[in-house]
Amino acid sequence: MEPLLVVADAAENLYPARMQMALSLGWHIIFSCFGIAFPVFTVFAEWRGHKRGNPALTELAHTWAKAMGVLFAAGAVSGTLLSFEMGILWPGLMGRFGEVFGFPFVLEGYAFFIEAIFVGIYLFGWNRLSPRAHMLSALPMIISGAAGAFFVVAANAWMNNPTGFRLDADGQVVDAEPWAAMFGPSTWPQTAHMLLAAYMVTGFTVASVYAIGMLRGRRDQRHKFGLLIPLTFAAILTPVQIGVGDWIANVVAEQQPTKLAAMEGLYETTDRAPLSLGGIYYDDELHYSIDVPWGLSLLIHHDINGVVEGLEDTPVDERPPVNVVHLAYNVMVGLGSALLLLALVFAWTWWRRRRIPVSPWFLRAVAVSGVAAIVAMEAGWITTEVGRQPWIVYDILRTEDAVSPAPGLYLGFYAVVVIYVALTALTVFVLRRLAHHHDTPAPQEVDAVPPDDHVEELAVR
Amino acid sequence: MTLAEVLLGVMFVGLIAYGLFGGADFGAGIWDLLAGGTRRGARQRDLIEHSIGPVWEANHVWLIFVLVVLWTAFSGAFAAVVTTLYIPLTLAAFGMIGRGAAFAFRKSITTLPMRRFLGAGFALSSLVTPYFLGAVVGGVASGRVPPGIARGDVITSWVNPTSILGGLMAVLVCAYLAAVFLCGDARREGTEDLADEFRIRALGTAGVTGIVGFGGLFVLRSDAPLLWEGLTGRAVPVIGLSVVAGIAAVFFLGTKRYLPARLASSLAVTTILVGWAVAQYPYILVPDLTIEDAATGRATLQAMLIALAGGAVFLVPALVYLYVLFQRSPAESEPRESASPQPPGAVIT
Repeated sequence: MEPLLVVADAAENLYPARMQMALSLGWHIIFSCFGIAFPVFTVFAEWRGHKRGNPALTELAHTWAKAMGVLFAAGAVSGTLLSFEMGILWPGLMGRFGEVFGFPFVLEGYAFFIEAIFVGIYLFGWNRLSPRAHMLSALPMIISGAAGAFFVVAANAWMNNPTGFRLDADGQVVDAEPWAAMFGPSTWPQTAHMLLAAYMVTGFTVASVYAIGMLRGRRDQRHKFGLLIPLTFAAILTPVQIGVGDWIANVVAEQQPTKLAAMEGLYETTDRAPLSLGGIYYDDELHYSIDVPWGLSLLIHHDINGVVEGLEDTPVDERPPVNVVHLAYNVMVGLGSALLLLALVFAWTWWRRRRIPVSPWFLRAVAVSGVAAIVAMEAGWITTEVGRQPWIVYDILRTEDAVSPAPGLYLGFYAVVVIYVALTALTVFVLRRLAHHHDTPAPQEVDAVPPDDHVEELAVR
Repeated sequence: MTLAEVLLGVMFVGLIAYGLFGGADFGAGIWDLLAGGTRRGARQRDLIEHSIGPVWEANHVWLIFVLVVLWTAFSGAFAAVVTTLYIPLTLAAFGMIGRGAAFAFRKSITTLPMRRFLGAGFALSSLVTPYFLGAVVGGVASGRVPPGIARGDVITSWVNPTSILGGLMAVLVCAYLAAVFLCGDARREGTEDLADEFRIRALGTAGVTGIVGFGGLFVLRSDAPLLWEGLTGRAVPVIGLSVVAGIAAVFFLGTKRYLPARLASSLAVTTILVGWAVAQYPYILVPDLTIEDAATGRATLQAMLIALAGGAVFLVPALVYLYVLFQRSPAESEPRESASPQPPGAVIT
């Protein structure tokens, strides 16, 4: 193939490939969150149910287990596409650096394997195992879910802060050290941030389903527990997440100052740097923003005289698209703060009165908290991924040099859009059904209900 | 054996496991497609659903395992294969999504038209996915993937005689395995008449697979001479073993001994895959790139070997537990909470 033609194809492929990856990842990540956190809530409800002899709790746990099965199936198939896409779309990344950062994916392969096995066992064994054995079978699922998230995010952290190898004079990788690569400077803050996000997303989303039910006047025990258990988990972890957010911001400031400058829309390198909310960035300046004086210097250095690096220190062609990053970052922080407020209201009422706040406004807030948590998480991912641009491996490999030059590749994007729209519709349809008929079987269970709508209305909510 | 060969061997074990377990799941979908009308095929579809319900997700992970080992230990070769063959791989991935989602969700849906639609989606994608994967194998085995990123022809690398043969063989082997496995499952569920139906299908597909396999050798002679040379040279003992195992499987099926039939047919399929590997050795990409040249750095290979061995300690018992729990006869694992009894003649698409 003519070299010039290859370049032309790669340029043509770049944008659709990025969009295809963003769509696939952005979709998969939501389902991964449920894979990580939902087993914890479910087995907790099951355990309390057995302990208190309360059938409302065990039935709630069974419904959750089924929903978990549906979400896990959707996550598993979307994850498969991603592992193909890593190579198909980004051969320049995988071919050159696979030996450095591919290793955590091998471990993730194991983690996912064990998770898939025990999801099968947990659902299939619902009434076949003793309660004790059954609850124990959830344990490997919980551990491998968290471990899998750690490994995948560790690989992403490596893309932000590549370590564990050297490049020779020709740019070839030498002395790859996969263990060192897996534990770079961004690994711990990023994985902690993601794991907490997974629990928050799942907690607020599940709670929001029952908040909607309560707003519609269903105030039975099932709804009370359905709201209380996930919301408690989420509310406890939200303040922790804010702390971890501070940690990660400091690591970004140190390791990827350009990303931090884009997050804040900061052009000039300066001390007493302000914290900017909102605004539009053009002509090397952030306009119409609300500034908190000295805020950024305080946040990063805990000192108003701390110097924060601005975008001016980065060559123009190495800067990320500032508006996307700044907006996404603001959305994440804004929604995170709102969720913190919700958590505080909930904690206060529980501490003083030992009950869920009765105000419909509280329930309305919980009802939208699920969507808010998901949007916040996606915004966080846009911040870190777009903030890394134009690099796919920070400061080493440009995204445009990693994309496959294969002719026609861009067509895949349109197919993926169609498939994900269909998959989303199907998942939502099945989950809604599950919410209304809680005898609906999960994918991993064996007994299908015969078709036709003679099944009596067993309202869950 | 070098470190690289050991790792490629481990990857190949994963590939064989995917071929056997994942392949049987695909095959079950193919039989679902051919089970006939909604009412007539209901019992067969029911059996298929029971057989793969709790295990298909786990079976499917073998493929992920193969991919991640390849991209970490043989990064350059991996990039070459997936970029040149991106079209059949993308289509296979779509097939996996379609199959997984349709199978997973159809039982959660009770309206008949919707269930029919999902059932058809499940069955059709079970047919096309192994075809595309077999075509990918054909492209690699016939030397149509040169090293480097997207250096091969993105169309003729998978639309060629060897790829078509590979695709057909993959579909046939999946259908064959599934039929053999379903015989045993049908007996375990106490439906001997269904076992007989699948026994006939297993024997039929065994015959067709054998004929296509041998006919295919002559396709390879002209289209993939290096592979042909290996298959008729170094790999002869392996291919011979495959033939013996295949005949033994037919014998066991004929005498309704389903467990030995399962083992023999698994051996027959395993040896086909091993035969390919032996014939292609020492090349990972025929005829340019050897396993040694494609392997990544020593530290990476060592770390992977440790991880693979360590992971197996967790994985193997878990897998065994899943299959044992699941394969226990239904009499002793009947749900304690009685499931809603199915009305006679229940229609399950």
